[in-house]
Amino acid sequence: MNRLAERRGELIDRGRTVTFTWRGKTVEGLAGDSVASALYADGVRVFSRSFKYHRPRGLLCCSGQCPNCLVQVDGDPAVRACMTPIEEGMRVEHINAWPSLERDALHALASATPAFGMQVGFYYKTFMRPRWAWKYYEKFLRSAAGLGKLDPQHRRDRRYEKVHRHVDVLVIGGGESGLEAAIAAAREGRDTALVEEGLALGGRLAFTGVDAAARAAELAAAAREAGVEILQPAWAGGVYEGNLVPVYQGDTMFRFRAGEIVLATGLIEQPLVFAGNDLPGVMLASGVRRLVNQFRIATGDEAVVLTVDDLGIEAACDLAEAGVTVSAVVDTREGETDERLGVCGIEHLRGFRPVEARGRGHVSSVVVARGGERRSLSTDLVVMSGGTVAQFGALVQAGGSVHYDAARRVYVPDHVPAGVRVAGEPAGTAAEVPACADGGRGKQFVCYCEDVTTKDVNLSVKEGFASLELSKRYTTVTMGPCQGKMCHRNSGLVIARELGVDPDEQRVGVTTARPPHNPTSFSLLAGRGYEPVKRTSVHHWHADRGGKMLWAGDWKRPYDYGAPDDETAAVHESLGLIDVSTLGKLIVRGPDAAAFLERVYPNRYGDMKLARVRYGIVCGDDGSILDDGTVARLSETEFYVTTTSSGAGGMEQWFTWWNAVWGMDCQIVNVTSAIAAFNLAGPNARTALAGLTDFDLENEAFPYLGAGHAEVAGVPCLLLRIGFVGELGYEIHCPAAAGEHLWEALMAAGEGFSVKPFGLEPQRVLRLEKMHVIVGQDTNAESQPLEAGMPWIVKLDKENDWIGRYSIEWYQNRGNRTSLVGFEGGNGAVPKEGAQVVVNGEPVGRVTSSRFSRRLGKAIGIAWVPADLSAEGTPITLSDPSGATIPASVTLRAFYDPDQERLRS
Amino acid sequence: MSFLLECPNCGRRPVDEYAYGGEVTVRPKSADDARALFSYLYFRKNDAGAQREWWFHSSGCREWFQAERDTRTNEVMQVAPPGGLT
Repeated sequence: MNRLAERRGELIDRGRTVTFTWRGKTVEGLAGDSVASALYADGVRVFSRSFKYHRPRGLLCCSGQCPNCLVQVDGDPAVRACMTPIEEGMRVEHINAWPSLERDALHALASATPAFGMQVGFYYKTFMRPRWAWKYYEKFLRSAAGLGKLDPQHRRDRRYEKVHRHVDVLVIGGGESGLEAAIAAAREGRDTALVEEGLALGGRLAFTGVDAAARAAELAAAAREAGVEILQPAWAGGVYEGNLVPVYQGDTMFRFRAGEIVLATGLIEQPLVFAGNDLPGVMLASGVRRLVNQFRIATGDEAVVLTVDDLGIEAACDLAEAGVTVSAVVDTREGETDERLGVCGIEHLRGFRPVEARGRGHVSSVVVARGGERRSLSTDLVVMSGGTVAQFGALVQAGGSVHYDAARRVYVPDHVPAGVRVAGEPAGTAAEVPACADGGRGKQFVCYCEDVTTKDVNLSVKEGFASLELSKRYTTVTMGPCQGKMCHRNSGLVIARELGVDPDEQRVGVTTARPPHNPTSFSLLAGRGYEPVKRTSVHHWHADRGGKMLWAGDWKRPYDYGAPDDETAAVHESLGLIDVSTLGKLIVRGPDAAAFLERVYPNRYGDMKLARVRYGIVCGDDGSILDDGTVARLSETEFYVTTTSSGAGGMEQWFTWWNAVWGMDCQIVNVTSAIAAFNLAGPNARTALAGLTDFDLENEAFPYLGAGHAEVAGVPCLLLRIGFVGELGYEIHCPAAAGEHLWEALMAAGEGFSVKPFGLEPQRVLRLEKMHVIVGQDTNAESQPLEAGMPWIVKLDKENDWIGRYSIEWYQNRGNRTSLVGFEGGNGAVPKEGAQVVVNGEPVGRVTSSRFSRRLGKAIGIAWVPADLSAEGTPITLSDPSGATIPASVTLRAFYDPDQERLRS
Repeated sequence: MSFLLECPNCGRRPVDEYAYGGEVTVRPKSADDARALFSYLYFRKNDAGAQREWWFHSSGCREWFQAERDTRTNEVMQVAPPGGLT
């Protein structure tokens, strides 16, 4: 085991090994290792290939701030290896490299052909000509872009949960300041939670030495004792209105509502910009110190530290203590050799700047310069520290603002929104940070995520994108997975240098980091894959008997049972039974119930007798048809209202809203799911039903449009004698719990009449033969009853006001422009629904329903036509989407049983 | 939109529990003034500032109520049962 001696503050459990695979090869790590530390200890140095140039990349920050160690874990793409604890049997794969991490075809292409043209904006420039070739370019570019692979079937069985949480205080960041804030809040008796994305609490304390680690442990213990709830590793995705903070942990999204949010997001160490600063082996000082102090890995044999402040010096001391030879600390600051380095015997090159890191696939030497003096140092580990910046992304996204203070070289908050507090120091480095290096050869990376170099940023400034906000949009700097954590400050410095201004100049600016701050999977955002389905009480009966179950709104309904024509014929000739439980059902009850219905329906209900049912449409105040159904009067003060299947929820809202507006003395209750409903229809319906009830079904006692309570097969039912399908029929409503029993009893009673269950499709044919419209299919948001062929239902002479009245009066005065009419096809061809009605080749109307009626032996349908073509027998021309022209003639009476003799029999 | 809204019956809840019902409007009492009728039907004031509006607690008590809300900040000044705003 290539680990350093055991020490306080380490995260690994030396007694327990964990085995996982990296690109198919078995790797052994220690419990407590991150994927990155276990692989690094195993000798892995190249973790990924970069986004654009496919350059090899190794560990950089080891704290989840950079894109370099994004890997695919058990099929999940874009997982940060340094933030993911290893688990037994985990499968870890590399991303963005083909055919392998070592030999990558796109890297070869990009380096072999400098004219390949991947400079900034290359996709706008290089691939513009010739124009016809774009479709080939696009295919290639699409396959080359993106990180990782998505398998659509991947983990469909896994449950992603959403949990709602309410706390007084939510602290984001478990560093020293965050822990102290959380402890203080919890000790005040406030319900406090703390979110830390790292593998250890304490922030910098956790990886900066034994004493610091002891202090971190002390704070963590105090927080737990004070009752702080600690979520770790977990991260806050953003700060939203109402202090809503999504916190992601494992497969769960916690939706935190916090009285107060404390942002203790801490400081991030920044890279330095010089040629080759992306070579594997070039790491941030804090990353190196994490590997050394938390995972106890000696990170190299011969290290060179490049620094602008004391963080580099501290890292050098840590490395020396770990037995790594530190050949020099290259410090941009002038001065004497630091005492700490003197003790360790490390050369302190002051006033030197980095120029270039060299190496093939891994760093092997670094060139530094002071004025004209250049020195080349051989090394296998370049430790860089470009100072630190406050992580202000969450603050800005929450509605706060910051500015760059060039004198102190820090971002300072200007405005902090109400309900949010900022904890911790904004302190950056006191030293000047070079924007980039002069005199080196090769690419100087500003942005590791999107492979943006100083050359790209400078070019964007030259082309006029002369601020951070503009350059960002052109070069995509700060837009990658790290959302600017590694590049925001440096790109500002580069732009300022190119513009020849100070970095705090307004024109350089600050950009807004957008949530999520870390790679977040869509499955976490989406949560569990709910697809709620409503099933009627006889759903399984239908499914078991070959019913083709289709979606109808939230419901599942049988389309047919395999033989729609036979089902239609059964209804016409003997007996059919259809499950209409999906109809919306409302009870309107109270002293004002009748008066209320008078106001929401265009037709009359006040005069309605008991035990009667009436067809009704509901209009909006603009006169448009919203829904239709039936209204049965059960008592002086109680009505039973049915709506369309998809209209139930909307009608409930509509009715209750107007009731709220008017403040009438009645109540509306939606009983849709509580009541099952079946329509027994056909010439033999009465005889069949009579066998199951003592209720007098004779025509004189229970005529067409009668409503009555009856016991059918022992079940209390409401019978409605209505006929959507055009034959003698009874709509039977009963408690849903008894639905299956009643259905089976009805089927048994109909056995002698060769009863057939029928589905949605046969019902559509049957209703079309009766020219009954389906709201939403034959009508749309512009349809009003006068034009939709229902002037008879609009009672403009009603004494009371009703919804839609004034608009319909206006339409009445204006006159009809279009009409909804029936039509018969002239040549047997059935126009598709949606076919156009044409006059002189111009579309003037459309077909909304059409079928071939076997019983009538012709094509029939419903269409919107101009008002002047709406007279009975007017010849019209239909143009089918297939291109066929179909002659037809307008019909205003129902195709089948127009005098309703069968219905009333 | 993720502000909290207080239902007069159920208390403070996330706004996604509710359905928005639009501005509180006054319905004309005749068709005589077509301009007034169509402006009621098709035009909204869309105030930048305090607005009186309808809300339906669809994932709660399923009752309608009214609220006064600042459309710029989503600050809710008052909520009340229908007709109860001061």
